[in-house]
Amino acid sequence: MSDLVEIANLFQSYDGRRNILNDVSLTLQKGRIIGLLGPNGSGKTTLIKLLNGLLQPSGGSIRIGGLEVGTATKSHVAYLPDRTYLQGGSRVSDILALFQDFYEDFSVEKAGAMLESLKIDPSRKMNQLSKGTREKVQLILVMSRKADLYILDEPIAGVDPAARDYILSTIINNYDPESALLISTHLIGDIEKVLDDVVFLKEGRVLLHSSADYIRGAFGKSVDEYFREVFAC
Amino acid sequence: MAWDLDSDRPIYLQLVDRIQMQIVSGQYPPGEKLPSVRELAVEAAVNPNTLQKAFAELERSGLVVTQRTNGRNVTKDEKLIDELRQKLAGENTKEYCDRMRKLGYTPLETMEFLQKTLK
Repeated sequence: MSDLVEIANLFQSYDGRRNILNDVSLTLQKGRIIGLLGPNGSGKTTLIKLLNGLLQPSGGSIRIGGLEVGTATKSHVAYLPDRTYLQGGSRVSDILALFQDFYEDFSVEKAGAMLESLKIDPSRKMNQLSKGTREKVQLILVMSRKADLYILDEPIAGVDPAARDYILSTIINNYDPESALLISTHLIGDIEKVLDDVVFLKEGRVLLHSSADYIRGAFGKSVDEYFREVFAC
Repeated sequence: MAWDLDSDRPIYLQLVDRIQMQIVSGQYPPGEKLPSVRELAVEAAVNPNTLQKAFAELERSGLVVTQRTNGRNVTKDEKLIDELRQKLAGENTKEYCDRMRKLGYTPLETMEFLQKTLK
């Protein structure tokens, strides 16, 4: 399997004193679904912002598909932020048109088919939809791109179990051996069965990077239980 | 409906167990075509790579055969399936007997219990 993302000796500091990320080195491979797990403040969202080129690293490097993160890599990364950036007053159909203009790799047919299977009317405005439905719409937008790297920041937070199941089956359905999918979450128990690998972040450092089944086999524990043990306070 | 899997045991081993059971019980008869990795992954709500690994394990044991043009099928070798069936039956019986012994039953009492239950 080939390395899609190469992170080497990455540092990030906002004030020049405290390191949010402290010497992070990590490689992510194609065809894998990776869980980025860590407590609040461990640096997950900062790492994701760096992968998206939304922040400049204080030190070290990130390469995606062999290219330093920048304008060129942005078109290969599909990102679902933890907060919405879509205008509440826009109609779903307007957003589809925006994505089509904006991203060359966006398939409006695919998005349309997924919306239809959920009976979401594209003429509805975002702020008329329930929170769970809004989350689904945003996931559909991201997954309808043909990217090399998909990054989902807390995709299942605050949605009901049925919506969570839908989100998980969408992730499985769209699995592509040519791309990697990075999911950050606190809700490990709900998502761990779809993960190949897990990365534990603690205080800006990589504590562990291993396959999920390795943890189960070696410790006789679920990833969730093992996480609680490692991060017990 | 997602398959009921434990999170504290490697998922691929549980998938192997489960598919073996489906084959032994005749839910997938000898020679039957198996669903694709993606179909089954969605049904089970597990990662496709994990399911792929389970299939690889089943192929190694010969229970599942891959034909390049025709996807994956259950083996036509009924003897192999029957051997596995007997092996699983043996394991189950042993587990049952072990538990009865822990409960303090003698072999004879265990037999009587079994006869009563089976009637």
